[in-house]
Amino acid sequence: MTPALPRIESAGLDGWMVRLFDDIDEANMPWLTALVRQCEASLSDALVDLVPSYTTLLVIFDPLVIAPGDVRQRLQQLLANLEPDDSSAAADVVELPTWYDTRVGPELERIAERAGMSIEQVIEAHSQTEYRVFALGFAPGFAFMGRVAETIACPRLDTPRQRLPAGSVAIAERQTSAYPQVSPGGWNLIGRTPAVLFDRHRDGFSLLRVGDRVRFVPVSQAEFEQLGGNSQPTEARA
Amino acid sequence: MSAPQTLFEVRRAGPLALLQDAGRFGVRRLGVTQGGPADAHAWAWANQLVGNAWGTTGLEITMGGLELVCRAEAIIAVCGADLGSSLDGEALPLWQGLRVEAGQRLSFQQPVNGLRAYLAVAGGFEAEQVLGSTATVTREGLGGLHGDGQPLQEGDRLARAAGPTGLQPGQRAPADAIIDYRQAPRLALIPGAQVAAFEGSSLYQAFNATWQVDDRADRMGVRLRGPELKCRSGGMISEGIGPGAVQVPPDGQPIALLNDRQTIGGYPRLGALTPLACARLAQCLPGQQVRLQPTSLEQASRAYRAFRSRFGT
Repeated sequence: MTPALPRIESAGLDGWMVRLFDDIDEANMPWLTALVRQCEASLSDALVDLVPSYTTLLVIFDPLVIAPGDVRQRLQQLLANLEPDDSSAAADVVELPTWYDTRVGPELERIAERAGMSIEQVIEAHSQTEYRVFALGFAPGFAFMGRVAETIACPRLDTPRQRLPAGSVAIAERQTSAYPQVSPGGWNLIGRTPAVLFDRHRDGFSLLRVGDRVRFVPVSQAEFEQLGGNSQPTEARA
Repeated sequence: MSAPQTLFEVRRAGPLALLQDAGRFGVRRLGVTQGGPADAHAWAWANQLVGNAWGTTGLEITMGGLELVCRAEAIIAVCGADLGSSLDGEALPLWQGLRVEAGQRLSFQQPVNGLRAYLAVAGGFEAEQVLGSTATVTREGLGGLHGDGQPLQEGDRLARAAGPTGLQPGQRAPADAIIDYRQAPRLALIPGAQVAAFEGSSLYQAFNATWQVDDRADRMGVRLRGPELKCRSGGMISEGIGPGAVQVPPDGQPIALLNDRQTIGGYPRLGALTPLACARLAQCLPGQQVRLQPTSLEQASRAYRAFRSRFGT
């Protein structure tokens, strides 16, 4: 039988996986944020990396500085006294200006058709929801955000695109994101943002962090270009 | 500030020559991967033999095809794979420090024994720090000679960093540090939390079958071919992936995730290879055979501490 949550699981020589929840839920995020802060304070120099994601926190430490068993014990103590920290809920919503258009969002039609909605209604459904960043991964600064309204949820493409433009705004199932760099990808493209999501020369590097609240704000092609966006069309076929 | 003096000029770059320090840390939560030497054992010895501290930037040469011309005197060491390397046409001794002179040609041909060779120079290679590290991660466009993640290109000039120098050549790695990569390795694996979700017969096979290194193998991960491992839990909610994690996708063929792995993923895991097992796997060519051997966290910690204690911090 599996012990109840939260649970601390083996993740190799220099890591522990803290499993806090079973299901994806916005309400998980204040707990994850709190545990991130507590780990930073408690492990300080022995801490190498923290990877929060949806329901878990992976804690990577330096095994030459601290013994794995000691880290586990500290995590147990932190979990026993954990209080949710929802300071990110009080913080400003990050706004991503987005040009929704079939030229840069070739799957707008596919989603509209599946949903039995007009393209305008799809855009409205996507841009009126406030999203939460559940995890960063896949590529530097790529934020997995949720939850997309059930009506416009859409499975990944059968064949991922080999190469899609930076800033592409996309949906996969009930998640949404914007691709920080030119990359391959299998999500449904619905628009493009001129926002720079990752910049190695900028303080903090990534525009978005786990726990952030995000809104996509529709802009015209002219505004998109004025903000520095590249309006070159995306090929419809992968 | 004057431009640093060129030490090596790249005449031929080969398929994949990457500057690597110990890796990029503290930024995994931004989706940024680790990078660093795929074989940390050979990389650390190369640095050690030229008097460099742990973490000094060295050059990882995969497959070969690289030709460098020396532009200044230096002490170097090449450890790891035998890629048919030569200095002015003479076979280059591996696993030892030696002096090179301006005008000499250092070349790496093709794999003879192992897959990745590490070239260290006394003082280290000069490269821009990107997110706190010089590690080259091509997929992310981070690190390396120009900071943009590109592998070495023909015409690139490598300069010496200002690390301590002056060590005498001739230092050799002890015999027990030198590995014959043609032998089939036993890769130590710390079983993970999802081990119980695998069928009993699959667990038996995982640790008793002989696995073959697939040709889908790179710095992100190495796929192993063998019996189909069956796991009761299918896809999971994506979560952080530590170094060496061995994930099993629905096709039942495990993938050992190495330095350039994606930072999160959602396949069940058998466990995690130890750092030294990752290093060893990184020297295996497609078609080579490996075995997985369960180990305890305590045993793995002891082995890693013993390894690290041979190097300065």
